[in-house]
Amino acid sequence: MTLMHFLILQDAYLYFSRTMSTTLSPTSTELKPAAIAPNPLGEFLQETTALTRRLFIQLQRRPSTLAAGIIQPLMWLILFGALFQNAPAGLFGSEVSYGKFIGAGIIVFTAFGGALNAGLPVMFDREFGFLNRLLVAPLSSRYSIVAASAIFIATLSLIQTAAIVVVSALLGAGLPDPLGLGVLTLVVLLLVLGVTALSLGLAFSLPGHIELIAVIFVTNLPLLFASTALVPLSFMPVWLRWVASLNPLSYAIEPIRYIYLHQQWGLGSVVMQAPFGSVTMGQALAVLLVFTVVALLLIQPRLRRSLA
Amino acid sequence: MAPAVLIENLRKSYGAVVAVKDVSLRVETGEIFGLLGPNGAGKTTTLRCLCTLSEPDAGRIEVSGISVTERPKQARQKLGYVAQEVAIDKVLTGRELLQLQAALYHLPRAFAKERIEQVIQLLGLQDYADQKSGTYSGGLKKRLDLAAGLLHQPDLLVLDEPTVGLDIESRFVVWEFLRRLRSQGTTVLLTSHYLEEIDMLADRVAIIDQGQVIASGTPTELKDKVGGDRITLRIREFAPLAEAEKAQSLLEALPVVQEVIINSAQGNSLNLVVTPQSDALATVQQALQAAGLPTFGIAQSRPSLDDVYLAATGRTLLDAELAAANSRDEKKERKQNMR
Repeated sequence: MTLMHFLILQDAYLYFSRTMSTTLSPTSTELKPAAIAPNPLGEFLQETTALTRRLFIQLQRRPSTLAAGIIQPLMWLILFGALFQNAPAGLFGSEVSYGKFIGAGIIVFTAFGGALNAGLPVMFDREFGFLNRLLVAPLSSRYSIVAASAIFIATLSLIQTAAIVVVSALLGAGLPDPLGLGVLTLVVLLLVLGVTALSLGLAFSLPGHIELIAVIFVTNLPLLFASTALVPLSFMPVWLRWVASLNPLSYAIEPIRYIYLHQQWGLGSVVMQAPFGSVTMGQALAVLLVFTVVALLLIQPRLRRSLA
Repeated sequence: MAPAVLIENLRKSYGAVVAVKDVSLRVETGEIFGLLGPNGAGKTTTLRCLCTLSEPDAGRIEVSGISVTERPKQARQKLGYVAQEVAIDKVLTGRELLQLQAALYHLPRAFAKERIEQVIQLLGLQDYADQKSGTYSGGLKKRLDLAAGLLHQPDLLVLDEPTVGLDIESRFVVWEFLRRLRSQGTTVLLTSHYLEEIDMLADRVAIIDQGQVIASGTPTELKDKVGGDRITLRIREFAPLAEAEKAQSLLEALPVVQEVIINSAQGNSLNLVVTPQSDALATVQQALQAAGLPTFGIAQSRPSLDDVYLAATGRTLLDAELAAANSRDEKKERKQNMR
């Protein structure tokens, strides 16, 4: 967790420099920042870092969110695995145990759920007027608010993913090779970024947190059941097979699952047999990329209007 | 030189509700400018448009010659905004909030560090800066909010009802502080529905009512324009109406008296408008004595800003407050201010 390290180091730096600084007289207001040519990228990084730091300070002082976020997917993993432990091998269309099958679904579902909630803190900032503080500031781009949320949620998701991967391995699902873990990370990041963007778009569009929670509620589980998280496409009725193979979550789940279940894999490996044809790993990753880019573009007018 | 704030014919509606009908004002550099009016008059909406939080329906707004609608980022750089509702993150310490604020205004790191120490000293937050702001009292929270608004040394500090809900001591701290800012060249624009606050602080004032500016000038100018001194007279502690009416007709006949109003809310006391700098007080007392009426209490004063408001709108600020309090939909207003 390099970001965490960075933030902790920054804290230490600030603490240290604070104790070293000399006291100023209250009347000395001659202080003026040296005129520096505006550097939009530097400014964007500065505001994004500060906003991200705020989210991590909140997490650090309210660690129950993190604890619950790790315990919950592990419960899913253990309980779901146990629930279908005695199902005949091959019932779900593959020759592997259900415990091995479900890991990819839990990873993606957990990341998805976390990202779906990304809009909530922003909604509370709106409701408590804190967002006004950000909006009257001369931010170089208001996408820094989106970026900070995405970095925060992505870090949390990666911590959760790591926990799931480790526990899955302990439960006998095996461990993907390093390159496979790299693809797994990429898939989680793409999904988190896209869903975070959509959630923030909602946070700026809906009237309040009650409505946002309602939308999260009706989105979360249906999208889970209408994906390949719990069962393979071949197990579903045809109509659901269509829905699931149009669901972006399936495009995140299937590549990860393929990597878990196969020693040999590549961008050309067929990871999903959709009703409209077979989908390779490369195609699935491309679909995810397009999903994320479209999500970011989709919320842009909303952000600009809300935030202009 | 461009004025610190120029607002011309600002109009802003929320749905069918016209919050600001037509507001124009001009704030000169280095002055404290007060926007006085009852709740719901359009003060906050005016400030929100000025601070780029709401988009005006019509009109022009400039900060030091910079249009807030055309070049919002530059305008934001120039101004500090302290909202009525204290907007702090209660999980962060005061110092952490200021560090966040510094980054949002892109202060260079070394400068930010020094400047944060400075505003902490300036607002007397030394003992609290490293505690979570959720533990602060109302006055401390406001001071932290002020510190944040000032951190980037804005040319213009905009404050919405800065002393609402504060205890007397904290109010004095805020007033003293704003005066000091002015002496250092910062322009201050504040709204208030407290007459004495505007009267004591503001170099110039605009009185705003139902989305329109109804009077503007220095407090002294406005009061002089209303004309006449005020005499508050109580015949008895609680005078019967008949007796008050008798006194009314008696006093109205006097040449120095311009107007007599019976205030039934104050035990039928009499409010007189009299020729200023005259011996009206003695004349009134003599007339009462001659008619055999007693005097429980009598006082003469210059007109107040409330009289200015009364003259322009036909009701006192307090009455307007009460009327507004009854017709307001707070939930709806909160939604409007939500972004």
